[in-house]
Amino acid sequence: MEKKLGVYICGGCSIGEGLDLEKLSVVATKEYKAPVCKTHQAMCGEEGVALIKSDMEAEGVNTIIIAACSPRVKYDVFDFGPANIVERVNIREQVVWSHDWTKQVKVKSKDAEGKEVVKEETQPNDDTQMLAEDYLRMGIVKAQKTNDVDPYLLENVEKSILVIGGGITGLTAALEAAATGYPVTIVEKAAELGGYAAKQRKQIPTKSPFTSLEPNTIREQIKAASSHPQITVKLSTEIARISGAPGQFAVSFKPAGTKSQWDIPPKKKEEKDAAAPAAEKPAEGEPEEPKELPADQVKCEDILTSDPDAEVFGAVVVAAGGRPADPSQFGHLGYGKFANVVTNTMLEETAAKGKIVRPSDGKAAKSIAFIQSPGLNGDDSDFPYASSVTSMISLKQANYLTEDYSDGKAYIFYKHMRTPGLYENFYKNAQNNPGVFLTRGEVLSVTENADKGLTVEVDNTILGEKVAVNVDMVVLASGMTPETQFEPVINLAYRQGPAFRDLELFDGYADSNYICFPYETRRTGIYTAGNVRQTMTNGECIEDATGAALKAIQCLESTNRGMAVHPRSGDMSFPEFFFQRCTQCKRCTEECPFGALDDDEKGTPKPNPSRCRRCGTCMGACPERIISFKNYHIDMIGSMVKAVNVPDEDEEKYRIIAFVCENDAYPALDMAGLHKLKYSADIRFIPVRCLGSVNTIWIADAMSKGNDGVLLIGCKYGDDYQCHFVKGSELCNRRMDNVAETLGKLRLEPVRVQQVQFSIDEYEKIPEVIGKFVEVIEGVGFNPMKGF
Amino acid sequence: MADEKTGTPETGTILVVGGGISGITTALEAAEVGYEVFIVEKNPYLGGRVAQLNKYFPKLCPPTCGLEINFQRIKKNKLVKWFTLTEVEKISGGPGNYDVTLKQSPRHVNGNCTCCGKCGEACDVEVSNTFNFGMDKRKAAYLPHEMSFPQRYVIDPSIIGTASAQKCRDACPYNAVDLEEKAKTFTIKVASIVWATGWNPYDATKMTNLSFGKVGNLITNMMMERLAAVNGPTGGKIVRPSDGKAVNDIAFVQCAGSRDENHLAFCSYICCLASLKQTTYIREANPESKATIYYIDLRTPGRYEKFYKKVKADGNVSFVKGKVAKIEEDPATKDVIVTVEDTLSGKKIQSRHEMVVLATGMEPSTAQVKVPGNAKYDDNGFVVPAEILATGCVKKPSDVMSSGQTATGTALKAIQMVRR
Repeated sequence: MEKKLGVYICGGCSIGEGLDLEKLSVVATKEYKAPVCKTHQAMCGEEGVALIKSDMEAEGVNTIIIAACSPRVKYDVFDFGPANIVERVNIREQVVWSHDWTKQVKVKSKDAEGKEVVKEETQPNDDTQMLAEDYLRMGIVKAQKTNDVDPYLLENVEKSILVIGGGITGLTAALEAAATGYPVTIVEKAAELGGYAAKQRKQIPTKSPFTSLEPNTIREQIKAASSHPQITVKLSTEIARISGAPGQFAVSFKPAGTKSQWDIPPKKKEEKDAAAPAAEKPAEGEPEEPKELPADQVKCEDILTSDPDAEVFGAVVVAAGGRPADPSQFGHLGYGKFANVVTNTMLEETAAKGKIVRPSDGKAAKSIAFIQSPGLNGDDSDFPYASSVTSMISLKQANYLTEDYSDGKAYIFYKHMRTPGLYENFYKNAQNNPGVFLTRGEVLSVTENADKGLTVEVDNTILGEKVAVNVDMVVLASGMTPETQFEPVINLAYRQGPAFRDLELFDGYADSNYICFPYETRRTGIYTAGNVRQTMTNGECIEDATGAALKAIQCLESTNRGMAVHPRSGDMSFPEFFFQRCTQCKRCTEECPFGALDDDEKGTPKPNPSRCRRCGTCMGACPERIISFKNYHIDMIGSMVKAVNVPDEDEEKYRIIAFVCENDAYPALDMAGLHKLKYSADIRFIPVRCLGSVNTIWIADAMSKGNDGVLLIGCKYGDDYQCHFVKGSELCNRRMDNVAETLGKLRLEPVRVQQVQFSIDEYEKIPEVIGKFVEVIEGVGFNPMKGF
Repeated sequence: MADEKTGTPETGTILVVGGGISGITTALEAAEVGYEVFIVEKNPYLGGRVAQLNKYFPKLCPPTCGLEINFQRIKKNKLVKWFTLTEVEKISGGPGNYDVTLKQSPRHVNGNCTCCGKCGEACDVEVSNTFNFGMDKRKAAYLPHEMSFPQRYVIDPSIIGTASAQKCRDACPYNAVDLEEKAKTFTIKVASIVWATGWNPYDATKMTNLSFGKVGNLITNMMMERLAAVNGPTGGKIVRPSDGKAVNDIAFVQCAGSRDENHLAFCSYICCLASLKQTTYIREANPESKATIYYIDLRTPGRYEKFYKKVKADGNVSFVKGKVAKIEEDPATKDVIVTVEDTLSGKKIQSRHEMVVLATGMEPSTAQVKVPGNAKYDDNGFVVPAEILATGCVKKPSDVMSSGQTATGTALKAIQMVRR
């Protein structure tokens, strides 16, 4: 499109009081030869908008630069449709609201007698004016460099969904997706559907009033799924590999427990070592290179080889569940030693078959001790992987016992009864059961008696005394380990490895790090639900599965429209690669937080745009700068950096460029402005999609143009990272080592470039953060490259 | 555009009542599949309860971080439309074909508002700041908080008809203050309805033994969130309401109302974690400070157990298992005297703290305002999802993360209802 620029400068909200708008207009009309440049006292008002619209109509203005408030506000008023480019220049929050409009200047003059006198005079603050002018320059350049975005559209977006796991979570996800009109295939490695839910006698209440056990509904779900025209069930089947991307996942199945040529080949040793330092730790669950090749070794195909028989799916729900955790580490509880000490899973299976009997002799087990918390010396944790589910399970099983035997006695020894929320109703109901004895205390030991009965010794009870209880059986309320702890499950034919990442953050669970966005994973289009991401009750699994089904549908529908999914939902830009200049360094492949890129044997990246979340981390990583988005690229930001007018040294003004995360740091700057917090006018902010997208060339551009420092303001990283793109701010920080080295070579002090971790709610610290950095720069003095 | 100016939508639309984190999530997740959604919110801003929180457990990250992303999603997605200061008056029809009457109260500030703040500067009346639970005052022409979405001022209806209101209007350079604005009632057609009106903190004055309202340095957990928040009444300083002194010794009273047949019979899910989280506020602010938690059971589901262990490892936070029987004020020092039966020792103990926080529970909003349509409730007033769907804390007490999960699933249920 032939761009015709219109620059519209607003004088409202004190902008006109703090700035000389005529001077500002000159930047547009003289420096950038903008054919149209107008000012108005309220550009966002009806009149202002009409002014812009009439220029669009009469003058053909299609590239609209609005110097006014933050782009975070009045977004609707200044929306002129997708055919026009709108660039907002924030001269309100980040200029006039956060900087002094005037300054006191000492002016020398001669009085009537010709004597020199010095008078203090209030003058417009030229620092603030220069700041606004630089922002306008940057905005114009940015608009000039913004290109139309053509969405990446897959030729054929497959609408069917793959559900891995046929337990209660998988069945629910499948039924819910099918009920919304999407075909589903369930793959289950066991010979039948139902998972652990099928081994339950009854289920913990799933609905109001949450007081009583409910009949196990899994059989109905199995029946519904098995007979549903939109649901295909593959039993005794596993995933050999999943390749491709949302909308076009190619899935190779194999009989459970077998090897297939489509298994993910183990990484070669040297490759692993080479990749590890750059690409973080190797992914969890990455298959180890077998030491000796078994006789029936099947040669696995490279991840880029496509399986002609693969089935195609649009998105994946992982409902692989878990395995009962082994409680034998708690030796004092007798598990593994005494026949009648069992886990809750074992008891459930017995109870599902009939009355509860002792494993040792098949006799009625009329008294059972349930142990909630295995620790000694005041350790009040429940069993590992228990979540709050095991309290409910013990209450449920205590209920079975009194159902089976009118004289049954269930002793529940706990440190905390964990029945959160409405589950309290079920707990209260159990308290009314005369056969259920709830005792707070620490279980010291379990010993076996001559008749294979057990004595449970408990200390620190509410009565303050040690008690010993003789029972027929002991049940340990142990937890459920996620399947992802043992197997990659998804077996992705991705260069970054077959499994989910960061599993160690959540003890092997494939959970989301985001409180607000619980379905986020680092593998686009693949959503987890149920016990694979946290030990859950049936009711919680059902709710979780429904949400995961929605996310799967949403991902393939977004892919169909060429749009990104969360957090840049709806973004239609995507990275493009100029392969002729690629040096196969693999940094983009290794650094992408979402594993969007694979590479071939030479190391040339193979983009998968529908896996991409559009953060630009690949662009930031690329040393050859061959990666760009139509509306976000190296030249655009570089040109914005270069558009800043750097004063000569004799003007004694510092210039600092700050790259700021547009999701958190930028809104914090706006809020600082709203509170009229003042900070140095020597600094210019450039919003970036994520600090991960900051290419070191921009820093070099800034320094070689004579700027005195570069500040990077991004999200917190580490285990509790707040970066919306998981790794962006952390990767940026890692690149800083190289930056320091480069600066050293140029004989520039490394302190001139710094990264700050910043949260959106820390706006009141903006003046301090900026002030400190300005002090550092003043300490090292002007950039010696200034003027070169 | 996605705002209040939009007219009546076509059928096939989903109505989400309540613009807190649950409502926003349901709305956005459905809209990003491709369905038109309306959000109706009674406050002048979206964000609900979480907008009042200082940090989320267990990451101790700011709620505004996720809200900002969600507001960006709303701004970009034309399928999401919203009404603030609006409540549902009447629902008729049924799934697939509802007629919903909405009543929008006047904001007295129209779309011309630029948030320049001139009306607030000119306003000479201060009213109790409900956003901060009355712990400070705000101008009667105000922006509810700096992350308010929409970023538009509100004129408190109490000054309408006064000279002060005139001053606000005269001060506005953009003709944005409209003192004549009247409440308006209109009807929309929707195919499915999701009730997501959230919760209210249980009224702590109802527990007479705890003397809330009579003891100056006794606050609720939600008040604590505001005290610790940088945009709160004290700029984030945790100080005693009675004398403004920094707090060195604080106690948390768990199950203040929850798990109590006379008040909230259920467990409110979040209070244990909220108190654990709040100990970190005070411990971070003052390394010398001490915190005590009086509890019945500590409920830290899933990954939250790790957070509990982290707090427990801090030697200055102690845990006493016992139900608090009585709270009194020492008239001389204004310290708070807590009487608690220590279940472990069996003894009644009295301890003195500089400030005490009641971990008050969640009452479903429908305990006070019912759904004006065909809805079912449980004994505690929570909505039981049926033809009218429900999600979040109006359905059951939950934390933000599980609210997000259920809200996402509810979006699918709402879509299924539109499609049938």
